[in-house]
Amino acid sequence: MKNSAEITRQQVEDFLYEEAALLDAWRLDDWLELLTDDAVYRVPSNDRPNSSSGDTLFIIADDINRICARVTRLKKKDAHAEDPRSRTRRLLTNVRIVSSNGAALEVEANFSVHRFRRNDGIRVYVGHYRYGLRLMAGKLKIARREAVIDSMELGALGSISFIL
Amino acid sequence: MARRIDTGRRSCDAYGMADPVWVINEPEAMRFRVNRSTLVDPQVLELERRRIFDVCWIYVGHESEVRAPGDFKTRIVCDRPVIFCRDSKSQVRVFLNTCRHRGSIVCREAEGNAKSHTCFYHGWSYNRDGELDGVPGQDAYPPNFKKSDFGLKEPPRVASYRGFVFLNFDPNAVPLEDYLAGAKEYIDIVIDQSPSGQMEVIQGLQDYDIRANWKLLAENSFDDYHLISVHASWLSYLKDSGVEMKRPERGHLLPGHGIGKPLGNGHGCTDNVNFRGRPVACWIPIYGEAAKPEIERIRAELVARLGEARAARVADTNRNLYIFPNLFINDGSSVTIRTFYPMGTDRMRVLAWALGPKEESAVARAVRLDSFLTFYGPGGFATPDDIEVLETIQAGLGTYREVPWMEVTRGMAKEGEQLNTDEWHLRALWEQWDKLMRTERPS
Repeated sequence: MKNSAEITRQQVEDFLYEEAALLDAWRLDDWLELLTDDAVYRVPSNDRPNSSSGDTLFIIADDINRICARVTRLKKKDAHAEDPRSRTRRLLTNVRIVSSNGAALEVEANFSVHRFRRNDGIRVYVGHYRYGLRLMAGKLKIARREAVIDSMELGALGSISFIL
Repeated sequence: MARRIDTGRRSCDAYGMADPVWVINEPEAMRFRVNRSTLVDPQVLELERRRIFDVCWIYVGHESEVRAPGDFKTRIVCDRPVIFCRDSKSQVRVFLNTCRHRGSIVCREAEGNAKSHTCFYHGWSYNRDGELDGVPGQDAYPPNFKKSDFGLKEPPRVASYRGFVFLNFDPNAVPLEDYLAGAKEYIDIVIDQSPSGQMEVIQGLQDYDIRANWKLLAENSFDDYHLISVHASWLSYLKDSGVEMKRPERGHLLPGHGIGKPLGNGHGCTDNVNFRGRPVACWIPIYGEAAKPEIERIRAELVARLGEARAARVADTNRNLYIFPNLFINDGSSVTIRTFYPMGTDRMRVLAWALGPKEESAVARAVRLDSFLTFYGPGGFATPDDIEVLETIQAGLGTYREVPWMEVTRGMAKEGEQLNTDEWHLRALWEQWDKLMRTERPS
């Protein structure tokens, strides 16, 4: 495949399910392999879900260097917020190819990420992903990954110390 | 005054005991201990609401958040819903967000611009100045009913200092500037980042809970002793990113020299020589080569406007400023305003904003926001570990009857200057807390 117009929704779903499985399994190095060299990962602030991180305070706005640093940090024992690690279970649904152009695909999907830690009650992060995918050498890669949380504030969800 | 007590005694039933001992402060014996029940006991929290949050100046918002007449933000400040807004004469006002008729919140939006706020229960409406100007079926009220008696109520006192707006529920409170005491000087340093003396809140609110007592965040936000252990992974990140870090001097734990000091009325600060990069104006490799000329330009502007010495004060020091009881203005990797309110003994709501010079260029603004996220916030490389440690403490406090005391004596044997890793400034917080908690107020 060279043209993203040939990609089916099922192929995109398979790709996103694979990504979710890697993240739930904390296989972070393998997850990095799914990203392009210029990938970005963002979580906007709850009150500004449709803004730019250049002029708006986000919760997370990582370029590829920061994403790699985030993974390096999370693999360390002294990333205390994730020691012991959260258990997560991601449910992805309503996957839609919004547009495709040459090698590029815009994809949206709903998520419900369940997070369990120590004796905490369950924390459920609900929202949607906005993906910029890119076909590279016949394989899908993630060039942009935005997790937009629906709740009005983070509130009881607390921090986002894992990869959402 | 020194208090001697039997440390084996269970001591913190604020209403049930005539003289609970919360803080042991014995300078001669070099003893300073805080009873852990202060972080657990619901009666202590109830008393805090009356004796601390109802008498201290409490941060509401920044003037830049409401620019034009009719602009508003709604917030919960110490359990009171308020409308923070500009009135028809462009004055910043704070209204209690409750209808004078049956009590409903009259403005249910988080923010916006409005000509009026109408309660949807019976339709009473209030104009931008808080005046009641619409009452459906007014003729059914008796002749002594006057709309002018039913404007939106305001807190007894509202005042601002250099753009930071505070309220006070105590009509007899000292003026805000007297209250701020030594904290003013440190606010001024932050404001000097802006050529026009105008800092603005940047859009995007971080609004999250921590499952811990609010005073733990007060301590944590200007306790540098924890930096090496809690934020080891953040320090590694800086190092890995090419930020130069000197070996700490003898007797120091951190790369740069830093002090901690009280500023009066329970306020305090850490005041540190920068080692971590600052949007105004110390470039580090994390900012990227492309941003270097802009950071240098900002530096040059500072020097031209303020002179070398003051420019260095603004650009080469990091300061975490605590304004008692629940406000921080931290000027570190970026400037953050952080305020927090108890939602129970073991839970708080935190609101955090980024603050920047009004005239900042797009490049500098992007650096500021990016730099913010390297450390601060619920997705940063440091704050989540702070949240974790506070929640871990709260879990440990289940033992408060068996293990009743916290040790707060670092630096107590020293004469003169105290380091940022000492606890003089933390003791000042607890001394003020204890003083206010022991001051009876009419209920």
